[in-house]
Amino acid sequence: MTSASTSSPAPRPADFKSDIKPVWCPGCGDYHVLLSFTKAMAHLGVQPHEVAVISGIGCSSRIPAYTNCYGFHSIHGRALAVATGLKVARPDLTVICAGGDGDGFSIGGNHFLHACRRNIDLTYIVMDNEVYGMTKGQPSPTTDPNWDSALTPGGTGVSPFHPLVIALASGANFVARCFSGDPNTTAKVIAEAARHPGFSFVQILSPCATFRPDQKEWRNMVRDAPVGGTDDPARAARRIMTDDGFNLGILYRGSRKSYRFSVGENKDELAAIEGKFTL
Amino acid sequence: MSLKDKIPAEMEDLPAMIAHALAIEEEAGERYADLADQMSVHNNDEVADFFRTMARVEKIHADKIRDQARGIALPEIAPWDYRWRDAESPESTLLEEIHYKMTVHHALKLALVNEQRAEAYFADIASKTANAEIRAMAEELAEDERAHVKLVEDWLAKHPEPATGWDEDDDPPVHQD
Repeated sequence: MTSASTSSPAPRPADFKSDIKPVWCPGCGDYHVLLSFTKAMAHLGVQPHEVAVISGIGCSSRIPAYTNCYGFHSIHGRALAVATGLKVARPDLTVICAGGDGDGFSIGGNHFLHACRRNIDLTYIVMDNEVYGMTKGQPSPTTDPNWDSALTPGGTGVSPFHPLVIALASGANFVARCFSGDPNTTAKVIAEAARHPGFSFVQILSPCATFRPDQKEWRNMVRDAPVGGTDDPARAARRIMTDDGFNLGILYRGSRKSYRFSVGENKDELAAIEGKFTL
Repeated sequence: MSLKDKIPAEMEDLPAMIAHALAIEEEAGERYADLADQMSVHNNDEVADFFRTMARVEKIHADKIRDQARGIALPEIAPWDYRWRDAESPESTLLEEIHYKMTVHHALKLALVNEQRAEAYFADIASKTANAEIRAMAEELAEDERAHVKLVEDWLAKHPEPATGWDEDDDPPVHQD
């Protein structure tokens, strides 16, 4: 759970942006996600040095370089493993893990399940464009089975992954869906996710301008979820399973206690454990 | 709140009105600066220069509003609590309308839409508010935006629409088509 820093001047969104110019394609939704992130962090009142942004591999995983926070552009699919280790070692930091649908749900699928289950207090943002953009347009776990391309003539025919319901079933404590084209509402959800104790998962529909120009239509397809978030996982699951993937908002706010790492908090205890392994 | 159902702007508080006007210009300037960077990264220097010019223009507008607001305590408003008619402030360029091979003509068309949205926003406030001070300010800002619309239209006349095929790339990023 993130709380405001009290000793420093109030940060502004620009304080969270680095001088490095993003190399995303013009028109990419990830620009807006970066904007939402900076607005959310400034609103939370944390300072850039109190935040760590951890990513894997892919277009969206470039995001740590574009922020002024601590960052770790890690290896493919392993962002959550790195973020978990960091949060356990430095619980005082606000840890934001970010990446794409391929990195998070395919290569990192197993880490995703267990990060939800462990319920460590961090926020996972997935910029979902239903395609592997960096490697030139292969279908990802969330790609529609009928998406026709030269690489998948006639579509994959494979049922897509349902990240929100899987997050819920695996134990995530906060589940939300946003649209990058509404960066202010997305900023609000990111701020709430960071404040909420435990593992928060935010799926952001973030169009790929190059390989999925059809996603320009998402702006006309998204809508607020007809009902607000619930703390009842069964109700949340029913809602998520029966929506068409375009309902936006905070869909679930759980009250499960976040994981606390206790072994080693007492230095004497840690020394005793280490002593057993000393030759 | 969905993108389609945002409430129209109605202001009954002068500091809030100034805060909105300032946010419009600041966000427009930041967006143009970001777009200039995007174009620079993709070696479209002519459009990058245009967006940088627009960023400077918006900064001048923001400074003017800040000067007018000196001595007035402006409220702290969360980004999502501003009362815009759409998802973002009216002069913020829609990112999905950007193309790496766009020309100054396309950039001017986007700028024109932004200025028209800002004019409509302030005109809407002027027509709805019961506060005379706010009405006067909103009318003045709408008039400023009308002048900007005219300026952009004049620029557009010097940058006619390019021929079909402006977006063709001999080495396109997409290989599956």
